[in-house]
Amino acid sequence: MPAPPISDSVTESAAPARIAPGPAVLFRGFARVGLSGFGGVLPWVRRLLVDTERWLTAEEFNVLLGLCQFLPGPNVINLAVAVGVRFCGWRGAVAAALGLMFGPFLVALLLGLLYARYGEIPAVQSLLYGVTLVGAGLIIATGLRMALNLKQRAVYLPFTLAAFVALVLLHWPLPVVMIGGAVLTVSLSWWRLSREARR
Amino acid sequence: MSLLIDLFISFFLVAFVSFGGATAVIPEIYRIVVTEHAWMTAQTFTELFAIAQAAPGPNVLIVTLIGQYVAGWPGALATTLAMCLPMSMLVGILFKHWDRLQHWRGRAAIQLGVAPLAVGLVLASGVLIARSATPGWSGIVLVIVTVWFSLRTQLHPLWLILLGALFGLMELD
Repeated sequence: MPAPPISDSVTESAAPARIAPGPAVLFRGFARVGLSGFGGVLPWVRRLLVDTERWLTAEEFNVLLGLCQFLPGPNVINLAVAVGVRFCGWRGAVAAALGLMFGPFLVALLLGLLYARYGEIPAVQSLLYGVTLVGAGLIIATGLRMALNLKQRAVYLPFTLAAFVALVLLHWPLPVVMIGGAVLTVSLSWWRLSREARR
Repeated sequence: MSLLIDLFISFFLVAFVSFGGATAVIPEIYRIVVTEHAWMTAQTFTELFAIAQAAPGPNVLIVTLIGQYVAGWPGALATTLAMCLPMSMLVGILFKHWDRLQHWRGRAAIQLGVAPLAVGLVLASGVLIARSATPGWSGIVLVIVTVWFSLRTQLHPLWLILLGALFGLMELD
């Protein structure tokens, strides 16, 4: 099956005619994957949308994911909203997001209750201490992987380092680092893109 | 009620700078709930983080657990909605125009410019969380081992979390 061109023919895909899911179907679909991911639900959502249910082609998925990664906030929830909106407006958005969050939300409440009850026990505390350190290590690994995938690394990696130093060593408030940093980096990338376009 | 409103507003504002998802803003959430409002101790914060890591589902659940600890299930609802709503609404609005924005230079500029900062935020989150657990030498080694395994092998993260739990239990005298 040849992949359709990315930009223009987003609507006319090479896949056979697909039935657009309604809110109830969206809710059930996203509810199935909500609880499946440890350390990230995104790969499972992609499998649901592109492979299992074929609601989207791979190209359409990438376009929507681009929108969600462009905005701040939990990417995977943004993605559920975008898919929902696409198929049935705001009702679809609510259905997909609720489906995705419903199970994990209940599990979190349950774990929170268990923690309130047993959190004082020394064995539980030292167990959580070990899990915290592994969790921190997993996040650092994710960050390093993201750093390796940065585009035009030589230009932008210094800003990664600067943001890291400002937060960890200088204890600057995060909104200051993010907003102040973005003014600098986005001006730079805008300038570089304009210069490229003029060539 | 005012506590719920406080929670909602705090996390609503955090949502706007959470490039890189909930993980990237963990230091800011820490500052709000531990340093500024003293809604919980540093130890409780790291323990809730550990639970969120070990639970299945989106990373944003750390926010749910914090809300619940501070104000029960209404608190959980308040923080989760506050974190998810602002950008969900923007997605709904931007969605219609996204095809056109694809070719706008500003979109590419924002995406290129924000990414390196998001990476810095995520790395800082990892380091600050590790530091807040006040690990000894063995703990620091565990963090490094986790990073190594995660980057160099295809090992499922769940095994590493299990390893962490075992390590923690062995630290217990």
